[in-house]
Amino acid sequence: MQATRLGGLLPTLPALAGLFPGGGLRHGCVYTVPNSTALVMALLAAPSRDGAWCGVVGLPDFGIEAAAGLGIALDRLVQVPRPGDRWLAVTAALVDALPVVAVRPPAPARSADAARLAARLRQRGGVLLVAGPWTACEAELTIAARHCEGLGPGHGSLSGMSVTVVAAAGHGGGMTRKASVVLAGGGPHPSNDAAGLPHLPAGRSGAAWDEAGFLREGTG
Amino acid sequence: MLWCPDWPVAAARAETGLPRDAPLALISQGTVFASSASARADGVRRGLTLREAQYRCGTLVALPHDPRLDERAFEPVLARLEEVAPGVATIRPGTGAVRARGPARYYGGEEPAGQSMRDAVLDLGVADARVGIADGPFAAEQAARSAQRAEVRAVPPGHSSGFLAGMPVALVVDARLTMLLRRLGVHTLGDLAALPAAQVAQRFGPAGLAAQAQARGVDPAPLPARVPPPQRDLLLRFEPPLDRIDQVAFAARAPADSFVDGLAGAHLVCTTLRVEVGLDSGRMLGRSWRHPRWFDAADVVDRVRWQLQGSGAGDPGLDSAVCWLRILPEEVDGAGNHEPGLWGSGPDERIHHALSRVQSLLGHEGVVTAVVGGGRLLAERQVFVPWGDAPAGPRAGPAGAAAAPWPGSLAGPLPATVFRERRPVGLLTQDGSQVDVDERGLLPADPVQFSPSGQKDDLRSVAAWAGPWPVHEGWWRPGGGRRVDRVQIVDADGAAWLLHFDDRRWWAEAHYD
Repeated sequence: MQATRLGGLLPTLPALAGLFPGGGLRHGCVYTVPNSTALVMALLAAPSRDGAWCGVVGLPDFGIEAAAGLGIALDRLVQVPRPGDRWLAVTAALVDALPVVAVRPPAPARSADAARLAARLRQRGGVLLVAGPWTACEAELTIAARHCEGLGPGHGSLSGMSVTVVAAAGHGGGMTRKASVVLAGGGPHPSNDAAGLPHLPAGRSGAAWDEAGFLREGTG
Repeated sequence: MLWCPDWPVAAARAETGLPRDAPLALISQGTVFASSASARADGVRRGLTLREAQYRCGTLVALPHDPRLDERAFEPVLARLEEVAPGVATIRPGTGAVRARGPARYYGGEEPAGQSMRDAVLDLGVADARVGIADGPFAAEQAARSAQRAEVRAVPPGHSSGFLAGMPVALVVDARLTMLLRRLGVHTLGDLAALPAAQVAQRFGPAGLAAQAQARGVDPAPLPARVPPPQRDLLLRFEPPLDRIDQVAFAARAPADSFVDGLAGAHLVCTTLRVEVGLDSGRMLGRSWRHPRWFDAADVVDRVRWQLQGSGAGDPGLDSAVCWLRILPEEVDGAGNHEPGLWGSGPDERIHHALSRVQSLLGHEGVVTAVVGGGRLLAERQVFVPWGDAPAGPRAGPAGAAAAPWPGSLAGPLPATVFRERRPVGLLTQDGSQVDVDERGLLPADPVQFSPSGQKDDLRSVAAWAGPWPVHEGWWRPGGGRRVDRVQIVDADGAAWLLHFDDRRWWAEAHYD
């Protein structure tokens, strides 16, 4: 059982693997990422590195340089920046051909449309990342806390960001998983290496870190 | 021999619609390839660098030289010439040659034949055409070049070597051999022709012998007459003119089928297509379309529709009715190179079909891939290329401008959200007034409150900030240039923003979300 489920997983970056049962995105599922473009990029990065084509719909402000820095191959990244009110048809067309598609719906989808898209997704085995609300999703990934490095009151410059990502199962039940991710200075790389977490205040983030470590142990 | 002076310039002028007396230069690989008479009057010569040419002629219009445009523009001239006299050989765009014997007999003499050819070309609206008639193509071309405006100059039979005798040897040999011949005292073609052929062959080899034959006015190589290529263009005339895009697209559907079938019958596929649309107002819209694979009939119809729609998709009406539509295959390739494999050619084909479907929904520019370009502001560094087009211009391509050093560009982690159109935001001091940047590029007062929407009601406090860092670029351009001051801030939620101060207010350039 475990082996077949692992066979049906799309890879993720090691830093994010602890957020998902089995360590990857399940084929044919919808994940919502409501409040972070960087997290969408981090989820696209590992499949793109493995040679998959990625689609981005309705995100005209998707920063491609950051995407390239995360390891997304730009020649296999297809963008539809302004689909307008045809976003559902566009997303459905892309889901047919591309293994991973990220979409920001300009308006909430009707549940019938969402169900039809989900059926199509299951048939094709693709993964849909929704940067917004969605009626039925496998998991919701949100950034619970951010901490910016290197910037002081009037001095320094941004050198890195560490964030706490919380994954909540979409259907209500299940456990909540957490991971700490560092968007490091040179080229941004998520990592959960404790050495890569500079200047974290001991209290809050440290606790999140312990909790994340505990959860990974429990599920891995 | 018929010669149209400055043909590349004339072709470029007809394409761009520049006035006849505007100085114009065509640039190929950084140097002037051809220039108009008015530019030459100011001292612009072939081979000058662009900068030098602009220095000599301040009002010079510089355009890139496009050899295919020259050939395309010469095509109707050739077709008209073939009506007057068959078997035209194209020496180069702008110069055509015909064997004189047949037309001379038909028109009753060499000069009347030349005149009728010249008149036929001038009737097409070509500014100038000169005809030279002589024993060989080289002598005839020199005769045409020495002719006056719209003149027919005939060298009597057998007198070609005498006609050429006074001309410099540089016309027939390269620069090195010219130098050598000059040192040997051979300055003119007459001198060269007078040398014994055997000794020329011994001393200068076959190249020298061929040059000597040209100098003697003898025809070394026969003229290869042009075989008119089969017409693959598609020209549709609409009477009465059509004023709706879907009407035009519908009318183009069946001919597009036969266009693609005609190419397929010759074992060809079209990889670059040119669509030209003639409007009722007299304007012509022309554009070349590339295709990642090759065009089938539906793709051709899509390109016609996108071209009529322009950038704004979904508008069925046109501002001027369409009189004619022409579809030209600009680049074709053997169909054998594009055969799909026996079991299909992999996932890429499926992806292409899906993206084409989205493009037919949203228009050509609806689906893009991105490349990192050059620039200091983040939005400038993103270059979007419509699906199917090759990245264009020197800015595109990671090997080009993006790799160049851009002093003053952003360091550190790159923001995930880069606003394509910067957004107005509010950055306020303690007393509620806007944070200012003084003439020294410093902030007189610390930013305390930040509003991502620019409205008063979602003000939040600023947790940390740094800057300003000035970005001052383009100051060497005549239009002035731009000076912005960048600031990074972290708001109370822990999210970082990249702001800049321009035009006396604050804008969000990017968001680290």
